[in-house]
Order: sequence, then structure tokens, then C-alpha cells
Amino acid sequence: MMTTPITETSTTPAPAVQLTIRGLNFFYGKYHALKDINMDVYKASVTAFIGPSGCGKSTLLRAMNRMYALYPEQRAEGELLLDGKNLLDADIDLNDLRARVGMVFQKPTPFPMSIYENIAFGVRLHEDVTRAQMDDRVEWALRKAALWDEAKDKLNQSGMSLSGGQQQRLCIARGIAVHPEILLLDEPTSALDPISTARIEELIHDLKQEFTIVIVTHNMQQAARVSDYAAYMYLGELIEFGDTDNLFIKPRNKQTEDYITGRFG
Amino acid sequence: MNIGIGGAPIREGAAARALTMNLPRRKKSSAIGDIVFFNVSRAFAALVLIMLGGIIVSLLYGAWPSIERFGIAFLFRSEWNPPVERFGALVPIYGTLVTSIIALLIAVPVSFGIALFLTELSPTWLRRPLGIAIELLAGIPSIVYGMWGLLVFAPLVSEYLQPFVTSTLGQVPGVGALFRGPPIGIGLLSAGIILAIMVIPFIASVMRDVFEVTPRMLKESAYGLGATTWEVVRRIVLPYTKVGVIGGIILGLGRALGETMAVTFVIGNNNVLNTISLFAPGNSITSALANEFAEAGQGMYSAALVELGLILFLITFVVLALSKILLMRLGRHEGAQT
Repeated sequence: MMTTPITETSTTPAPAVQLTIRGLNFFYGKYHALKDINMDVYKASVTAFIGPSGCGKSTLLRAMNRMYALYPEQRAEGELLLDGKNLLDADIDLNDLRARVGMVFQKPTPFPMSIYENIAFGVRLHEDVTRAQMDDRVEWALRKAALWDEAKDKLNQSGMSLSGGQQQRLCIARGIAVHPEILLLDEPTSALDPISTARIEELIHDLKQEFTIVIVTHNMQQAARVSDYAAYMYLGELIEFGDTDNLFIKPRNKQTEDYITGRFG
Repeated sequence: MNIGIGGAPIREGAAARALTMNLPRRKKSSAIGDIVFFNVSRAFAALVLIMLGGIIVSLLYGAWPSIERFGIAFLFRSEWNPPVERFGALVPIYGTLVTSIIALLIAVPVSFGIALFLTELSPTWLRRPLGIAIELLAGIPSIVYGMWGLLVFAPLVSEYLQPFVTSTLGQVPGVGALFRGPPIGIGLLSAGIILAIMVIPFIASVMRDVFEVTPRMLKESAYGLGATTWEVVRRIVLPYTKVGVIGGIILGLGRALGETMAVTFVIGNNNVLNTISLFAPGNSITSALANEFAEAGQGMYSAALVELGLILFLITFVVLALSKILLMRLGRHEGAQT
């Protein structure tokens, strides 16, 4: 597998870096799932990971908030630098890390509690807030996630009573309510209908003003629509990374080109 | 050869005929099969109601002389005097309830801990052996628990546990009275503890099974917000699995209420209630039945025993009903669902 050197070729001033990935390797037991990944995730932008199933893009995402640490046979080596601190260090407080790096999953996962509590749950884990502050926070998060108008009259109803698209926006609201720096979206629209998908994509566009967003997607058009930077991965390697426009219009690597033009994948 | 070839058209013709003729017939027979299947399964389902009704009716019929003679007072009188045919069920009812409560008080937290460890905390290699050990524990016959309880456990209780409990919990004002008295080993407390050991495997394995069905993504979502294992279990896993958890507890309670052999060995079989001490020997409904049915002749004595059985049945029924109500109330807490 020939890897194209990963360098920014654009002439625009380099954007601020949020997360630096250096020499990242990932293992499921003996299986080597990520091979020497090097790249930067830029602040207040959307970075998309594309690639065929099993290429390691979700694995890379799950390394960023150390979700893998729940499973003893999984481990990561290398550096994931957030504010100059390696997230893979043993002394990192995982609960604190996950407040800074939020995550939304393939399928909506409302907690078995009311809509209000779904959002308050995460906030309470990290902050002591009064009831009034919590009310404000819930409203803020729901507005940010474009769910307030639909949910404001039924905050005490179960989160499971919402439609699939609304549930996914609830999960996004829940994620941003704890004020993360980075929001990881793992194929957030794969279980949604086209209209709900469009709303989530709009939402991603709005949210990137305040949050650094990393999204894994199977949908090439979606990656082209929502992301500023895109990374193509194949068999655990980062093949090409760069400006979304450049990567889609004139990919430097033949493999990337084959994949995004649909000749492969 | 000629015959063989000549035979073929005949066979073919037959096959073709069979095909055209059998096709509608096969359809018809499968429709009949469906009707038969429907009726047979309905009959089996009806069997449940018939047996339930039959048991209730025969219990009522058998208990009727006693119900007629003693009325509601049967429930509240502690006298149990076969020679003069004066019977009251207070002592066995009290024994059954108290031993079951003790059993649940011990078994629920322990089972919860076991299930939690097995699903969330245990290293992978330990899960299978531990799970199998729990199932083995459930497979031990109750008479073995009874013998072990009487010969091994009760002496240990009287030697170590009861003196210790008396010197600690026994000194607490109020509830202390429960934990004072002669440390003789057999009694309500020992029976309750044995019952706890017996129901732990049931409750723990049900809890483990329902904890395991909690979607991984749901748990990861909560971990992803920075929740600790305990917070995930308390706020996500338990609410998500509450029906199964309560079902498991009720299963254990049902077993504790109905357990006969092991209780008979260690409860003391003493139909007296003159102290609230848990150390005192007592009696339970099931052990009263097991011990006395052989010697009870026809008449009031056996009617009183049948009424004891009826009461046990009603207690179980009430427990089930209460658990349903509890589940409905819990459902209201998490908000309306569509």
C-alpha cells in the first residue's frame, strides 16, 4: 500500500490545530487495525473520514475519546495530542476526556428517561448547576440541535417517544450540552431518512462555528457536503488527507480517486 | 431395458397425475393442519387456566371446613393445637414472610453485585467459569442445602454469627430486639440465610441476562458523556432493564416463599410465637405442610393444612400483583412513552 505523503498544499494560512495525531497504531487483540496514522484535526471545522467498511475510520474515532478502553483486548499506541497533552497517557481522566470529546453514534440512543433528563444527565456528571441554570442549558442545547420547537412542549416525555431523526438530534443536543471541544459523529445519519439526514447535515454546518467536528460517513456526497477536510482510509492506513474540495476534485492518490469515483468500494 | 424405458412413461404419467391431483389436495391438507395446530395450541393454552382453576377450586373445597369454622381469625391466631382441633396460621405465615424477607434483603444486593461484576467489570476469561459456577449453585437439590444448613451452617451460626450479631446489631435500640436471644443456630434467621443462598443463583443469573441485553451503544453513549461505570449502571442499565430485574427478584421471592425442604431442616418447626427475635425457631407454611400432612387424618386437621396451602397461594398471587403495580409506577417516572 503506497501512502501519499500527507501535506497541506493549499496556500491559505494554516488553520489552528485542535487535535494532533502522531504515529497512531491500534490493535484489536493481535489484529493491527490502524497503522501509523499521522494527521491534524483543525479547530472549528468539519473533518470527514471516508473509506470502505473495515478501513478503520470508526476505530480512529473511538480512539479519540478512548471509547475502546471499555474493552480490555483493544489498545492504542502513539500520540493523540489535545492541548499538548497525549490523550493516550495512562493518567488521563477518562470521564473528563469524554466531557471534552463528545460522541454521537450510528443509531439514536436516547437514554430511558425524559427528554429533559436526557440532556441534564450529562451536564450533572460534570457540573453542579441550579434548576434554573439547568433549564437554560437544556433549552440552549435543544435550540442548538434544532429540536427546541418540536420538543419544548414535551420535555417530560420519554426520549424514546421522539421520531428517529429527532432522537438523533436529541443525542447531539445531549452531546453539546456538556460543552465539548470536539464532537465525534460516527455515521450519525446511517439510520435516518433523507429529510432527517438533511436536517442533521444543516446542524453540522451550524455547529462547526463552536465545535470541532469529526465525522465518519459511508456517504461520499455527505462527506463532500458537510466537511472542510476529508481523509480517505483503506485497510487501516490513512491514504490521503486534505481539503475536502481538493480531495474530491483532484485527488492526488489513485486509490482515493478510484474510491470517490465509485470504481472501487 | 425396454421395460425400463416403457416403465418410465408410466411413472412419469403417474407423477404428472399425482402432481396435478395432489396439488390442491396438499393445499387443503395444510389448511387442515393449520386448523388442527391452532386448536391444539389453543387447547394447551386453555389447559393453563383449567389447571389453575382446578387447583384453586380443590384448595377451596379442601379448606372449606376450616374456613367455615375459623373464618378470618385463622390468619391471626397463633394457636395450633391438633388434639383439640383449634388451628391458627399466624406462626407459619409469619415464618414464611420473615424468612423470605431476610432472604431477599441478603440475596438482592449480592445478586446485583454478582450480575454487575459479570457483565461490566469482570475480566473476560473469568466470565464463563463464574457464570457456570452460579448455574451449578442453582442446580444443587434443596435437600442438600437443608442438610448442609442443619449439620454445617447452623452450628457455625450459633457459634460465631449470632453472638457477633447480638453484640453489634443487638445493641441498637428498637430493631435490636430482633437480634437478641439464645444462639441456638436453627431458627428464622438461619432459614432466611439458607434461602438467600438458594435464591441468589436465580436472581443473579436473571439479572446478568437482562444486563447483557442492554445495547452496547446505549451504554457507550453514557460512557461517552463521561459517566462512570456506576453511573451507567444506575441511570442507564437499571432503568433499561427494570422489568427483567424485578422479574428476577420476584422469581427469587417465589422460590423463597415456596421452598420447603431446606427450610424444614433449619427453621426449627416450632409453632410458637412469643418473641420477635429472629434467632427463635419458628415454622413456615411449607414446612408445616411437609411435617404434618402425614399425621393429619381426614377432617379439620387436614382442612386447616389445605387452608395453609391456599394462603401460600394467595401470598404468591399478591406478590405478583404488587410487582405489576410497582412496574407501572416505575414506568410513570421515566415519562410517557408512545
